[in-house]
Amino acid sequence: MLTDLLGFPPQVLFGQLLLGLINGAFYAVLSLGLAVIFGLLNIVNFAHGALYMLGAFAAWAMATYLGIGYWGALILAPLVVGAFGVLLERVLLRRLAGVDHLYGLLLTFGLALVIEGVFIKLFGASGQPYPAPSQLSGGVNLGFMFLPWYRGWVVVASLAVCLGTWFLFERTKIGAYLRAGTENPKLLQAFGVNVPLLTTLAYGYGVALAAFAGVLAAPINQVSPLMGSNLIIIVFAVVVIGGMGSIMGAVVTGLAMGVIEGLTRVFWPEASATVIFVVMAIVLVLRPAGLFGKAS
Amino acid sequence: MNTKIGYIIAIALLLVAPMVIYPVFLMKLLCFALFACAFNLILGYGGLLSFGHAAFFGGAAYITGHALKVWGLPTELGILVGAGSACILGFAVGLLAIRRQGIYFAMITLALAQMVYFLFISADFSGGENGLQGVPRGTALGFIDLQNDMSMYYFVLAIFGLGYYIIARTVYSPFGQVLSAIRDNEDRATSLGYDVDRYKLLAFVLSATLAGLAGSTKTVVFQLASLTDAHWHMSGEVVLMTLLGGLGTIAGPAVGAGIIIALQNYLASGPLGAWVPVVLGVIFVICVLAFRRGVVGELKALMRRSF
Repeated sequence: MLTDLLGFPPQVLFGQLLLGLINGAFYAVLSLGLAVIFGLLNIVNFAHGALYMLGAFAAWAMATYLGIGYWGALILAPLVVGAFGVLLERVLLRRLAGVDHLYGLLLTFGLALVIEGVFIKLFGASGQPYPAPSQLSGGVNLGFMFLPWYRGWVVVASLAVCLGTWFLFERTKIGAYLRAGTENPKLLQAFGVNVPLLTTLAYGYGVALAAFAGVLAAPINQVSPLMGSNLIIIVFAVVVIGGMGSIMGAVVTGLAMGVIEGLTRVFWPEASATVIFVVMAIVLVLRPAGLFGKAS
Repeated sequence: MNTKIGYIIAIALLLVAPMVIYPVFLMKLLCFALFACAFNLILGYGGLLSFGHAAFFGGAAYITGHALKVWGLPTELGILVGAGSACILGFAVGLLAIRRQGIYFAMITLALAQMVYFLFISADFSGGENGLQGVPRGTALGFIDLQNDMSMYYFVLAIFGLGYYIIARTVYSPFGQVLSAIRDNEDRATSLGYDVDRYKLLAFVLSATLAGLAGSTKTVVFQLASLTDAHWHMSGEVVLMTLLGGLGTIAGPAVGAGIIIALQNYLASGPLGAWVPVVLGVIFVICVLAFRRGVVGELKALMRRSF
């Protein structure tokens, strides 16, 4: 009988494993967005956590004020927040072209402070509940654990988006342009491709990914102004561990870190908040360029 | 010559300031000015953006608080223990962080500082959400009662002066010159035979130690060490102070700290109290977009143009 696995009831073990997979899926989608943005803009988007929060709030606002349900919000919220990202890129980030990369980090940090500050002022620091769609309520008993449908859906949807992004970058014409823009924007421009437009779109896409993750997270965590601010630091650690070189690298690292965090919560709960940072330190010692990174 | 006159005026002003301005406010200003100047050593002169300096500031604040309150150490020794702990922590963090450059350096320092923050949340001695309260100020040199705000002010001023002097001496020393060379062109510095990593690490440790000194002093002044001191918002604030005052200028960060602390104090008492983070964020955006040289940097450029 599979009653006790390593001294823990399987419900606990697999439950935490699932939670780890869900967190890992968020890490994957967010670090993927960071990698896309970094590739074309050479900017580490500190506002990523705030934009993830905006995605969740957009879904909540659509439900509260416009009566748009979960499925509509899942499509619309990333579009709206992505459009906001396009605006940010056009109005602010664009002006930093040719300046040291660090200023991009500082600018987006300032933006994160502004966005989160405004939302705390408007909605308070506590969370707003957002219900899961009725089609995905309940769950299934798998024998060794209970799987809520919505949690399974989050993992599947995140992975689908990651795969879609991989397909977009590796198998389509626009993906080829995006990769070329990462390698050598000047040369690409000389071939008559509109690189500034491409850059704007890349930022918008990265932001939309963050917002998508925000909508997915809304029914699991509460919708609160600070939901992204601690998450983004963990995602930074994930990015350092994986390196920003490859899409698959970001996805695999994100999922793996989520699972490691989940398992730590079972075996050594006190360390679960810091385990990813410890992994980062170990990776820095053994393989400074990151698991999937190219040595600079 | 001009700088010398400037310093004499500044010292004279600092000596008489507590007669006119509330001394506790001045002490807070001095602590953060020292913090920002220490931070500038690694960002302005080393070209490394550390997003984790709150760990050194807040870490030292806690250690000093514990040393004074629980161990009952004399005040000077408590501050030294705090700064020493920041030195050790800075060595550990620096050793890991200098393995990567640029934005990765920023992300690594941020992540490691967050780890330190979590440790302080869960540690037994740190008092959780309440922090360490009621830390005794004690006496300076065994006979000057620091409960008196005036004597406390001159004690803090002396510490600030010492820290500032160390920073200025470091920047103008051959070590500081090599550090700037590494900032401007790391490959060139390597090819000239400098052990780049050792210079960076030493600068990082020095910067962390002085940031710790600032944090320890702050604990003594306010008799309090709290999670705010170690939170990443604090790391962001010190970046802002340095940027606003002027990256890579000796006095700039102190000026930037003065502006930010005064602004926070002013806003906190008015109707805009809850908007402080937003205001800081807006200043951040403006600084990065239009004002990258900072107040002192712009003044310097103005002087150069007009003379």
